[in-house]
Amino acid sequence: MTATTLDAVTPAGAAARRPVSGTVHSWDLSTGVDGPGSRFVTFLSGCPLQCLYCQNPDTLRMRNGRRVAADEIVAEAAKYRRFIRAAGGGATISGGEPLLQPVFAGELFHRFKHELGYHTALDTSGYLGARATDALLRDVDLVLLDIKSWDRDTYRKVTGRSLEPTLDFARRLADLGKEVWVRFVLVPGLTDDPANIERVAAFAASLGNVSRVDVLPFHKLGEAKWAALGMDFALRDTPSPTPREVAEAREIFASQGLTAV
Amino acid sequence: MRDPAMTTTPAEKSSTGAWDGFKGGLWRDAIDVRDFIQQNYTPYEGDADFLAGPTLRTRMVWQRLAAMFPVENERGIHDVDVHTPSRIDAFGPGYIDPDRDLIVGLQTDAPLKRAIMPNGGWRMVESSLRDYGYEPDPRVKEIYTKLRKTHNAGTFDAYTPEIRACRSSGIITGLPDAYGRGRIIGDYRRVALYGVDRLIEAKEDEKAAVGAHWPTDANIRDREELSEQIAALGELKAMAASYGYDISGPATSGREAVQWTYFAYLAAVKEQNGAAMSLGRTSTFLDIYLQRDIERGLITEERAQEFIDDFVIKLRIVRFLRTHDFNQGFSGDPTWVTESIGGVGEDGRPLVTRNSFRFLQTLYNLGPAPEPNLTVFWSPRLPQGFKEFASKVAIDTSAIQFESDELMRPKYGDDTAIACCVSPSATGKQMQFFGARVNVAKALLYAINGGRDEKSGKVVAEGFEPITDEILDYDTVAARYDQLLDWLARTYVHAMNVIHYMHDKYAYERIEMALHDHAPLRTMAFGAAGLSVAADSLAAIKYAKVRPVRDESGLAVDFEIEGDHPAYGNNDDRADELAVRIVQDFMAKLRRYPTYRDAVHTQSILTITSNVVYGKKTGNTPDGRRAGEPFAPGANPMNGRDEHGYIASALSVAKLPYDDAEDGISLTNTVTPDALGRTQEERIGNLSGVLDGYMQSGGFHMNVNVLDKAMLEDAMEHPENYPQLTIRVSGYAVNFVRLTREQQLDVINRTFHGAL
Repeated sequence: MTATTLDAVTPAGAAARRPVSGTVHSWDLSTGVDGPGSRFVTFLSGCPLQCLYCQNPDTLRMRNGRRVAADEIVAEAAKYRRFIRAAGGGATISGGEPLLQPVFAGELFHRFKHELGYHTALDTSGYLGARATDALLRDVDLVLLDIKSWDRDTYRKVTGRSLEPTLDFARRLADLGKEVWVRFVLVPGLTDDPANIERVAAFAASLGNVSRVDVLPFHKLGEAKWAALGMDFALRDTPSPTPREVAEAREIFASQGLTAV
Repeated sequence: MRDPAMTTTPAEKSSTGAWDGFKGGLWRDAIDVRDFIQQNYTPYEGDADFLAGPTLRTRMVWQRLAAMFPVENERGIHDVDVHTPSRIDAFGPGYIDPDRDLIVGLQTDAPLKRAIMPNGGWRMVESSLRDYGYEPDPRVKEIYTKLRKTHNAGTFDAYTPEIRACRSSGIITGLPDAYGRGRIIGDYRRVALYGVDRLIEAKEDEKAAVGAHWPTDANIRDREELSEQIAALGELKAMAASYGYDISGPATSGREAVQWTYFAYLAAVKEQNGAAMSLGRTSTFLDIYLQRDIERGLITEERAQEFIDDFVIKLRIVRFLRTHDFNQGFSGDPTWVTESIGGVGEDGRPLVTRNSFRFLQTLYNLGPAPEPNLTVFWSPRLPQGFKEFASKVAIDTSAIQFESDELMRPKYGDDTAIACCVSPSATGKQMQFFGARVNVAKALLYAINGGRDEKSGKVVAEGFEPITDEILDYDTVAARYDQLLDWLARTYVHAMNVIHYMHDKYAYERIEMALHDHAPLRTMAFGAAGLSVAADSLAAIKYAKVRPVRDESGLAVDFEIEGDHPAYGNNDDRADELAVRIVQDFMAKLRRYPTYRDAVHTQSILTITSNVVYGKKTGNTPDGRRAGEPFAPGANPMNGRDEHGYIASALSVAKLPYDDAEDGISLTNTVTPDALGRTQEERIGNLSGVLDGYMQSGGFHMNVNVLDKAMLEDAMEHPENYPQLTIRVSGYAVNFVRLTREQQLDVINRTFHGAL
């Protein structure tokens, strides 16, 4: 990458030329789970929420990550250009909460999109949506927005935080006409009250920019990670939802005219 | 006895000329099946909606067989004829169900009854029989130990002590010195297109041409071989006649084309117990006949599918008598009846026809099965409908494999077929001398230990000094490894030359070679196992500190590793280039040593499930792998060291240069369904995309297992509930419940690339 070509794709010169770095937990190639197709997924470290069912608790704290220059991540992602062009897919930034490091995330999105030509996706809880600048969002093709609950008490119980910033962010994305996939984790005894699901569904449907809803059945595959971190996994005794329960939750979203999978 | 009228309707026997309606001329004047295909096939660009399910007849025939499988599973073999050394015409006709078989012919006179083929070696026959509780016939034993020499006896007469030492230490394993080498694919389609008489004529012409030259050793051998081929073609006709068919002339209908082709293949598996007895590339050829019958209104789609189903039923019950040890090494009871499907022609038209779909459909109509080994020639340019159907079948059955048409076509043309798992050859124009693999991980230990075996302490490679450094120095190790690999290449080529000389002499593949052009291109296919272990060991030595732990005799028996190092399988050039170097260097070394019959050297990075056996025979390695632990299969990275998912891992494998591994590079991917997408439709699209991406990145081959870990664990505990559970291993599929417990655990522990 030369300075000349970079100028050609960077509006106003700007941020890209400064060496930007961030705290990264890991990177991975995945198919069909972090947005459409096969994707280069960067997991950033640190998250303001403390979700009871977090499957990647090792990404909760920044100190569990590694300080990495954006150049290094972009170079790694660049190895998959030929593959991703043929296979279909792109790059996703996940975490942790990517918006805890908005400058770093913004830099990566910009370069993923303009240098590598990738379709880009932001996987976020939306809690820090206010930190996403319009410039950052311009470089994001799809937002995977995790709405964990409509019921405010449940939301706080699950995440330790308030729901409002997520809803504000959702509305802003709608105003910007940005494509959104809503993600909803179905946890028996916690988020599975039909009334709760109905409200999430109604809200999502009202936005007009939600092209799909992923109903994600709660699982305990991350349990060992909690133990390894010496942290308590509160949902140890919570069962995974049955296929029927998952189907019923999808039905609620579908009844609002949403595509739920 | 059987009444052919019950299964043949008069319309299926065409009264007009066999070639009526076929276009083109070249193929009429010379034996040229490819030209016939190119002039006459109908590409199919649609989806799978036209396919038909199994008929009641198909289900009844399959059920009759399925009822016999549990007994076979339990006893190892269903039955064997101990008295009759098999030849093309050694047995009278046999049927699964004489009233219902559409495509007829069995290896012996009863389904699942195995035959003895002692030309390969008597000891193999005798130990196989004893393994299953049968007593050899003393008269047959006398013939093959006193009166008639075998391939095995000849080979051992000419082996050097060094080769014997390599054989017993396991640095070179699986030498086909006791059994049929296999991997030779006759162009079985020729029998359908031309009839046997025309083929005999062509062989007589070739023999006459050879006879015009001065009788050198090579020339005399050629004349004798051509005579053998002509005799075999005569026996093929006689065998077909015993089933009531005259195949001296060409097939006149779709059903006859399938039957003629099958008779030719059947003749091969009646006579040769080859390690792999592949079928070739028949589906699009046969489609031309089926399509003509459909267009003439003679048969329906359901009937066409029924012929293919019945053909595949026959291919599923090809059986060979082999020892326990052999089956343990290769998992189950594989025959590698590989059928190559799809691909794109040199003129850019896809070679996909309706019959390509029909072959895959058998996995639904009859349920999943490891054989025949259905192999899809993948190209990003395949029609969308076929890509989606093949992906769907892979997701639903885990029973097909994919190979890069784009890599093979430029080298071998568009009538290439896979022998065994990943070995391409131009059908009817090329054959291979296949055999064995070297253990490049063990070779690295030999380099460190001065040619001494780390398990036995015996000197296997003479003339090497051990490395005595306290901490292994990369440059020193690399230089010694280079010398050791040179010794290994020389010994390996030497052994192969001996084996193939003797195989030609004592167990010549008469009928398979009768269905080749004279003087085909010969390749000698070498193989390397343990690539990932060797590469990671070198990476550890280069990027971390590796301290050998030596026993009192100075033998390095373990290694202490300090610090981190990159590992092959993470798309990290630092480690991947070490794997690439091993492949390139070893190939270059092999090429230095002349081969028997001037065969062209090739190499495969392929280990089958024998990765378990190789692991057992190899001590602690400098990558931290413990003695006895299985190697990764094929060119796969080591289990659990690939940290960034299967795509990163696959792209490491894709870096291995195909030009230095023309015999194939095998990759097995095991994923859970969730790791391909959330809906079936999405999974199909994503898998198809992954295959496009892999092949575009230079990848050669991919096995795809889409499995549930819980299901496999349940199958281990309750095998009776999963008689047909099929998984792909390293270029072929196996019945999961027929694996040993150790192999089952290995499959389960192998990285499950599920999303967490």
